[in-house]
Amino acid sequence: METETITAISTPIGEGAIAIVRLSGKEAVQITAKVFKGKDLLNVDSHTINYGKIINPETNELVDEVMVSIMRAPKTFTREDVVEINCHGGMVAVNRILDILLSNGARLAEPGEFTKRAFLNGRIDLSQAEAVMDLIRAKTDKAMNVALKQMDGRLSGLIQRLRQDLLETVAHVEVNIDYPEYDDVEEMSHEMMRTKSKEVHAEIENLLQVAKQGKILREGLGTAIIGRPNVGKSSLMNTLVQENKAIVTEIPGTTRDIIEEYVNVRGVPLRLIDTAGIRETEDIVERIGVERSRQVLKESDLILFVLNYNEELSEEDIHLFEAVKGLEYIVIVNKTDLEKKLDLEKVREFANGRPMVTTSLLQEEGIDELEKAIANTFFSGEIDTGDMTYVSNVRHIQLLNQAKKALEDAMEGIELGMPLDIVQIDVTRTWEFLGEIIGDTASDSLIDQLFSQFCLGK
Amino acid sequence: MTYNAGHYDVIVVGAGHAGVEAGVAAARMGAKTLMLTLNLDMIAFMPCNPSIGGPAKGIVVREVDALGGIMGKMIDQTYIQMRMLNTGKGPAVQALRAQADKALYSSEMKKLIENEKNLTVRQAMVEEIIVEDGVCKGVITESHAAYYADAVILTTGTYMRGKVLMGDLEYESGPNNQRPSLKLSSNLEALGLELVRFKTGTPPRVNHHTIDYSKTEIQPGDENPKYFSYETKENLVEQVPCWLTYTNEFTHQVINDNLGLSAMYSGAKRGTGPRYCPSIEDKIVRFNDKPRHQVFLEPEGRNTEEVYVQGLSTSLPEAIQHQIVRSVPGLENAEIMRPGYAIEYDAVVPTQLWPTLETKTIPGLFTAGQINGTSGYEEAAGQGIMAGINAVRKVFGKESVILDRSQGYIGVMIDDLVTKGTNEPYRLLTSRAEYRLLLRHDNADLRLTDIGYEIGLISEERYQNFLNKKRFIEEEKARLKTVTIKPTETVLQIMSEAGASPLKEPTKAYDLLKRPELEYEDIEGMIEPNPEINDEIKDQVGIQVKYEGYIKKAIEQVGRMLKMEDKKIPENIDYDAISGLATEARQKLKRIQPLSIGQASRVSGVNPADISILLVYIEQGHIARVAN
Repeated sequence: METETITAISTPIGEGAIAIVRLSGKEAVQITAKVFKGKDLLNVDSHTINYGKIINPETNELVDEVMVSIMRAPKTFTREDVVEINCHGGMVAVNRILDILLSNGARLAEPGEFTKRAFLNGRIDLSQAEAVMDLIRAKTDKAMNVALKQMDGRLSGLIQRLRQDLLETVAHVEVNIDYPEYDDVEEMSHEMMRTKSKEVHAEIENLLQVAKQGKILREGLGTAIIGRPNVGKSSLMNTLVQENKAIVTEIPGTTRDIIEEYVNVRGVPLRLIDTAGIRETEDIVERIGVERSRQVLKESDLILFVLNYNEELSEEDIHLFEAVKGLEYIVIVNKTDLEKKLDLEKVREFANGRPMVTTSLLQEEGIDELEKAIANTFFSGEIDTGDMTYVSNVRHIQLLNQAKKALEDAMEGIELGMPLDIVQIDVTRTWEFLGEIIGDTASDSLIDQLFSQFCLGK
Repeated sequence: MTYNAGHYDVIVVGAGHAGVEAGVAAARMGAKTLMLTLNLDMIAFMPCNPSIGGPAKGIVVREVDALGGIMGKMIDQTYIQMRMLNTGKGPAVQALRAQADKALYSSEMKKLIENEKNLTVRQAMVEEIIVEDGVCKGVITESHAAYYADAVILTTGTYMRGKVLMGDLEYESGPNNQRPSLKLSSNLEALGLELVRFKTGTPPRVNHHTIDYSKTEIQPGDENPKYFSYETKENLVEQVPCWLTYTNEFTHQVINDNLGLSAMYSGAKRGTGPRYCPSIEDKIVRFNDKPRHQVFLEPEGRNTEEVYVQGLSTSLPEAIQHQIVRSVPGLENAEIMRPGYAIEYDAVVPTQLWPTLETKTIPGLFTAGQINGTSGYEEAAGQGIMAGINAVRKVFGKESVILDRSQGYIGVMIDDLVTKGTNEPYRLLTSRAEYRLLLRHDNADLRLTDIGYEIGLISEERYQNFLNKKRFIEEEKARLKTVTIKPTETVLQIMSEAGASPLKEPTKAYDLLKRPELEYEDIEGMIEPNPEINDEIKDQVGIQVKYEGYIKKAIEQVGRMLKMEDKKIPENIDYDAISGLATEARQKLKRIQPLSIGQASRVSGVNPADISILLVYIEQGHIARVAN
């Protein structure tokens, strides 16, 4: 097995009052003990939490007050010795602790390396491993829940059920082929195959639909703020950011003007797109031109469209309404502290059923309603998403899409009147793609199914 | 004290369906071959059902024929009924099955063997393998003859420590009361081979004259029989029908009441039987909600009144067998001629073999057929010819011939056996093949004739015919791409008769043939016929065009599979030196010694992480970088 001890900050940087630095490997405890002042960690029981201080052993300087969890192999996440140092949140303390660990024998873990070790050590299956990958990157509480549920095997459970459905269908076709004179089982018909394919297809589509939400949970809801100049876009931006403790991330490889800010609005993570642009020029449409702004709008998951309560609806506003037609947007009528000049009925007409909120950002009014409206667009009014099975992993989504495509091929074959044993090839592929998600592609299960489902003799 | 009985290139022990293919292939490839059998009167005997072929199995017979084997031709000459199965389904799953004249098949095969150049056949009981310096050098018989050879192929069927079971009766025996081989097993064990105990069974045979066929349904053969061998042109014979009847509640009652008397249900520890060929006891126990089971009455030949009662395989006592048989409609007065029985035997755990069917531990020793844990005459024949080919290739210093999973059911079977092993007697099923659209009955020649020719089992004349056929297929496909069909009256007439929606605008014949309702024959009526091509070629063109999209997709899948097959694992790889392999994977890999990454990935217990570790190890020669 691996000999090197790896370490990494395992909580999102900048978020939360507490951050965790994790170590895994043979020397995890020894390395921690070198930089820890408190109990003798080498002699504490496994799975205990120990209070103490992290010091820089070279200078004896105090770095942070911490709680240290000692978990010895094999009953750990990676099946290696694991140490978790709970320290104060923020950037400074956690980074210094990491530095000290690195200079005392640990190696910086590659992204997902803990999971990789867990996987290589046989601790978790593929889909669980991937859920953990997402866990590592999870940026919000919701995303954390999604990833956790997947680890519990919710997704594997659902996939397994779909696979079993398909397997029974395939076995039925197979038995017709391998035992053509066996008359106890009715001949599988195109109609039966069509029904079953449709059922499974709908379930996969459903999974992909929620996958979209899963992606949003992980990556944030791409959100654009639009409106004419001087309607209060930057106030809106600032309000959201202040209210919700933004994390500013420079996206590597892009120019400095693309900055994304993450804010968490009632459990919905918003990724405010192109905010620098808004700040500098007050208007992305103005800054990047109409064509590109349309593109940006199309790529957004949510558009916050700001109107001025104090001005009449202009040509420009109407243009913007056209630009957002068919997209997810919320109309925000701002500046209610000023005199009403806007025809709200007309706006409502243009909004055509989209949510509309009135605010006075200046006087901090209507912000609650706005946040509710944002949350509603994502959760369709239901914050409780406890029963949904999210797919939040890119590979899973890809495989689900492949499975869906294979099933569509099968359905096309059925419509064309292809023999069922030909159609079945695509159904089997669907079954295999789904199997890849949960890391199970053993083809023996078909043979087993065949013999348990049917009494065969000839 | 033994006497030196001579030296051969290849010795085949056994003359069943594996043995005769191995022996004839070896002899025809130019090897001086000795075939030893316990009983010369039992060459290519069928101890169980009197039929050859069926789904997957029938395709194997075609593959054996395309490689230059003999089973196909022999059954074409000795069948009493021929049926193409699954005709209502796609081309990939259609398969031929023949009812055989057992005695004729056996005697004709004996004649063929006796007259084969390079092939000596002798009656003898082999008891020991001669191994010198770890290498197989020959065999010793019970009559103290020491035969030397560069390669030995064991095809012992169910004879090794065979034991017949019927109720409380049990005795050491091969099938059909032949002498069992009692000493060879322990010799193999002493040589380090692991054996496994399997069992199979056979139903009673009843006298034709005591059956009331009026209570059964007739199962006739095809009006226009097709043949297994690509070389059989025509052999129309008067066909004999089979008959179908059913068990009933009373049958099941008798069985349930006497279950404890069944050899297999008496509680004694027994060998593992096959799930796909269960005894009637198994069927009643495992599927007790079924009100009835099918029973097929199959004549065993033209010159016998024995009728095989397919579906009533049993190890119940003889007395109970009478009751069971007579509970079945049509068999109320049936006289059993031979009772059914179960037979236990030793098989070699097949994961001890290379894909050439040579044992890993004893170079020069090959095994084929039921000894490798399979069941079925066709499975035996498929292994027999491959073992024969590879034994000779080895002796002659030539490269081995291994069929991959996309080349034939034979490849699927051998790969399954040597990679995964089997915990029950192994039978081929179409569902075992991932690429079955490519492994069709109709294209076995296109898949394998080149190989058969190259190894010297396909005659020059046959090969030229084959090349012509291939050329005609391509030319006809090309022609159909150039011919345009217009919606004329004739065309619309043909289309409506075929149940196809009418043609609206001129279309290439090739594209029209893709319509599921239209066969080549329909298209032929719309265009100028091609006088050069026969029905076989027409069928082939029809299939290749109609299923082109699916075939292409399958070929792409095969391409991905072959990429993995092409990543060879070095012969002296030290799995212990690869850190990061899971323990189970390490043990399995050490045991199976897969030749390629592809094969390794099919070993059970080896997961994708192990494969990626193995890949990195092989490609970089350095494991330290794997997990980092």
